[in-house]
Amino acid sequence: MSQYYTSVDHFVLVPAILLALFGCAVLLFDFLLFPEPRQRKYLVWFVALGLVFTGGALWRQQHFLSVQKIDSITAFGGTLTIDGFALFFNWIFLAASLIVALISYKYLETAGEHQGEIYGLILLANCGMFFLAAGTDLITLFIGLELMALCFYVMVGFLRGDRRSNEAAVKYLLLGAFSSGFLVYGFSVLYGLSGSTKLAAIRMALESRGASDPLVILALVTVSVGLLFKISAVPFHMWAPDAYEGAPTTVTAYLAAGSKAASFAFLMRMFMGPLAPSRELWEPLLAVVAVASMTVGNFAAITQSNVKRLLAYSSISHAGYILLGLIAGNDTGVQGVLVYVLVYVFMTMGAFLVVAALRRKEMLGEDLEDMAGLVHKSPGYAFLMLIFLLSLAGIPPTAGFIGKYFIFLSLIQTGHYVLAVIATLYVAVAIYYYFRIVRSMFISPLTDRAPAATSLGLKLALAVTGLMTLLIGIYPEPFLSLAQNSLLR
Amino acid sequence: MFHPITTVHYLVLSAALLLVGTIGVLARRNIVIILMSIELILNAVNINLIAFSHYFQQVTGQIFAIFVITVAVAEAAVGLGILIALFQNKETVLADEVDLLKW
Repeated sequence: MSQYYTSVDHFVLVPAILLALFGCAVLLFDFLLFPEPRQRKYLVWFVALGLVFTGGALWRQQHFLSVQKIDSITAFGGTLTIDGFALFFNWIFLAASLIVALISYKYLETAGEHQGEIYGLILLANCGMFFLAAGTDLITLFIGLELMALCFYVMVGFLRGDRRSNEAAVKYLLLGAFSSGFLVYGFSVLYGLSGSTKLAAIRMALESRGASDPLVILALVTVSVGLLFKISAVPFHMWAPDAYEGAPTTVTAYLAAGSKAASFAFLMRMFMGPLAPSRELWEPLLAVVAVASMTVGNFAAITQSNVKRLLAYSSISHAGYILLGLIAGNDTGVQGVLVYVLVYVFMTMGAFLVVAALRRKEMLGEDLEDMAGLVHKSPGYAFLMLIFLLSLAGIPPTAGFIGKYFIFLSLIQTGHYVLAVIATLYVAVAIYYYFRIVRSMFISPLTDRAPAATSLGLKLALAVTGLMTLLIGIYPEPFLSLAQNSLLR
Repeated sequence: MFHPITTVHYLVLSAALLLVGTIGVLARRNIVIILMSIELILNAVNINLIAFSHYFQQVTGQIFAIFVITVAVAEAAVGLGILIALFQNKETVLADEVDLLKW
């Protein structure tokens, strides 16, 4: 191998290569091997195989790091870095992709739009997420972001005959492209300030420039716009409820979990890396954004009658909570962000999975009334949904409590008492609207007696998400120590 | 009488393009024109990158610009594809008539 592509480079890149190859192979196999619509469900196993291989490659990297006792492997002259942080997020992405692939075929079959492309898009989006978590270069990060975003634009609009899906895709695409335009404008200014696209070099250049340089402020503001849009924080949250509601529910789960986790990895890389020297500028800015996200998210969720829309607003408020860990900024705060993202992925996917299970041919099953008396019809789904909602509200012994605990702890450690009080008060508001769903499921009389959908994939996915939500809540030590070893330094 | 064109001139041009693009996205109704305005923003980025690349006498900025162009094309392709899907169902390309989901 030449000096441009060493064996270390290859070792770092293998997960991305596998994801991209399997993604393209799925697209090919879709019409070469499985021309019949009924055969397309075999593609799910192919996706699972690809994800298992990718997991093997990631495990080899994790093993290498722990055996060699080093913090990170850098490749391609510093454009990619595999460290605990990148691996932690990549495990989350793999889990999210696997769960989405498992449940997609049943849901899309019911919706009458079961095309093989969805599996290729899932894998390619996961490939983009890999670069978002592992990239330490502006170009790599930008390509990763766009690869992920383009796949999501298509997946949101996947129900071609459904006008709501079309609309959601158009809105998500226009606002997403607009915000990533701002983001990359900020990148170009960062490049101009430092003469390099490497995050480490940019950080050094910004340190010598001082925080109040107008160009630094311009770069900070434009980059923040792009990043805050991707995590759907207020005031850049407008797309989220529409995209979440219009997209096929399985894609909504992927959007809420995978896309948001990847965007948080990206956000942490930027704010803990090159933008760290101007912390005094962005800390108050992010504090305002976080409080606004919790306010808008929690209060707008109260009045929603569509469960997907309600969960979308709740995910906006969760973005606010996660930002608080970054504002605290100490090790506990960063650990809190990692744990919260891990927990959030499982509980929010679980909640959307239950909504997806209620979909039938003639009924969307997304309204609060559609959940009425669910406990009499399918008690399993109702109790799983209860667990996910308790976790989303942050009530022990579920996982959501552990996530919130570390965020609050870090806020108190760093003396952000006002933020801690506000965040705690909003938990009470959140409990109110989550329990609207619980009341509908457990107290309202059963109106619709047709059984909810079920499939092996759905059962497996719900078992995994439910188990993880309980396990992290009851026995958090292994996950906490994993996060402890994955801190970004 | 004529001053040479410096990096600052390019930066002002690119800032102006960014502004025009932003106003286009926020003020126009036609989704095709909004997509064109987004292209303007990405071209502002390209001008920035090339100007800095020339200033630093290195190729990194040009490589970045090529990637931005590629991404812009991919985005336009996906955008138009989604727009056609919308048009088949709804017969409109005006952003304010896309109102099934409340904004």
